[in-house]
Amino acid sequence: MSVQKDLFYAQSHEWVKYIGGGKALVGVSDHAQEEMGDVAFINLCEVGDVVDVGGGIGDIESIKAVSDIYSPVGGTVTKINDELLDDPSALNSDPYGSWLIELENVSENSKLMDAAAYEAFIAE
Amino acid sequence: MDLKTPLYDTHVKYGGKIVPFAGYLLPVQYASGIAAEHMAVRTAAGLFDVSHMGEVKITGRDALKNINLLVTNDCSGMYDGQVRYSPMCNESGGVVDDLLIYRSGENDYMIVVNAANHDKDVKWMKSRISGDAELNDISNEIALLALQGPKSKEILLTLADESDIPSKYYSFKSDVNVGGIKSIVSKTGYTGEDGFELYIAPGDAVLLWEKLMDAGRDFGLVPCGLGARDTLRLEAALPLYGHEMDEVITPFEAGLGFFVKMAKDEFIGKAALVKKGEPTVHRIGIELSDRGITRNGDRVFKDGKDVGYVTSGTMCPYVKKAVGMVLVSKNVNIGDVVTVEIRGRQAAAKAVPLPFYKKSK
Repeated sequence: MSVQKDLFYAQSHEWVKYIGGGKALVGVSDHAQEEMGDVAFINLCEVGDVVDVGGGIGDIESIKAVSDIYSPVGGTVTKINDELLDDPSALNSDPYGSWLIELENVSENSKLMDAAAYEAFIAE
Repeated sequence: MDLKTPLYDTHVKYGGKIVPFAGYLLPVQYASGIAAEHMAVRTAAGLFDVSHMGEVKITGRDALKNINLLVTNDCSGMYDGQVRYSPMCNESGGVVDDLLIYRSGENDYMIVVNAANHDKDVKWMKSRISGDAELNDISNEIALLALQGPKSKEILLTLADESDIPSKYYSFKSDVNVGGIKSIVSKTGYTGEDGFELYIAPGDAVLLWEKLMDAGRDFGLVPCGLGARDTLRLEAALPLYGHEMDEVITPFEAGLGFFVKMAKDEFIGKAALVKKGEPTVHRIGIELSDRGITRNGDRVFKDGKDVGYVTSGTMCPYVKKAVGMVLVSKNVNIGDVVTVEIRGRQAAAKAVPLPFYKKSK
């Protein structure tokens, strides 16, 4: 199980990567993909949607179960990762490369954990 | 407090992800994941710990008479070494459990029950047997491994003599030497593939598991968890108690009419089944045309009208389709377009025949 250093994490196991210009990418952690198992489908919100901190942005269907995904930060959806929707299993093999959505006008969330804190959190 | 099977430490050692299930701590999957385990069973072989299943012996001169009263199938005319599947009904025609019945001798039967129903079944059967028949719960004296998949026989042949391996589906041999371990070898399973179930003493479980894993390495054998067990049985449309049947759903509604012998003089539930007559619902399949995975309990609609629900659903790794078994009105025919409500969202689906997968001969 890996935790990537330059990301920030929510307790619900999503990560956010600030990419500059008030923009950010959102995905789910390696721990989350491992818990979910083989991912079969990903359903996401749409470009233009405004999401709040902790707001639902879609769900991930694995063979085992369906998991709701929440945005760790607020903002307006500018992109969704269509490539990932076409090959959802990539989320299992590369969870930190498999971003789900891109947001702009991001409102940062001070409650997010850095990598060290998240590592400690999932070790609990 | 959840129980552990004799293989608990072995599952942990093999990287099993442990979950509570039917009162036991069992692996839902190992490191390679449900899809890879599922594919291994379809193309090579998989090894499952199913020691949580319960076993009950019924012996005595009236054993058969009692069993025939308890279950809907007809167990007369079975030969020693034969296995028969049957639902066991309650007085209203619903299902108490579905069972495997092993005939070891004229007055000697073993009944395999679902773990989740074990206590209920033992109580049910005990309170209903009469005459010269004795019921003994031997669940604690038995561990059970399932070796499933097209390579199962080759793997077993490395540990046992060919003459000791049952060749006929739904037959078994007792006191078989499998790598030095005394075992009942049964040609049965719950995956839709060829395979064997091995009944052994709990103290031999770890050794047999390791021997099979060693023997199977060159054949692509992988350990499999509950997740793959469920997707495999679902793909093959094998019913699961609590899903395709329960205390209310009758065997006829569940599509198990073949295992109900109405010509038998008497069995528990017969009068109710006669009274109910032809069922108005049936079990068929649906295949999703929209994205998503349907699950147990999702409602099914035809022309906007609620026609039933999904009893089991998943993404089947071998046929690579999101499918469900549904219990729906007989007005729904194969080929019909239906919708299924998945978490508040309507998804299009097509009614299809069962099973979703059938192994080639």
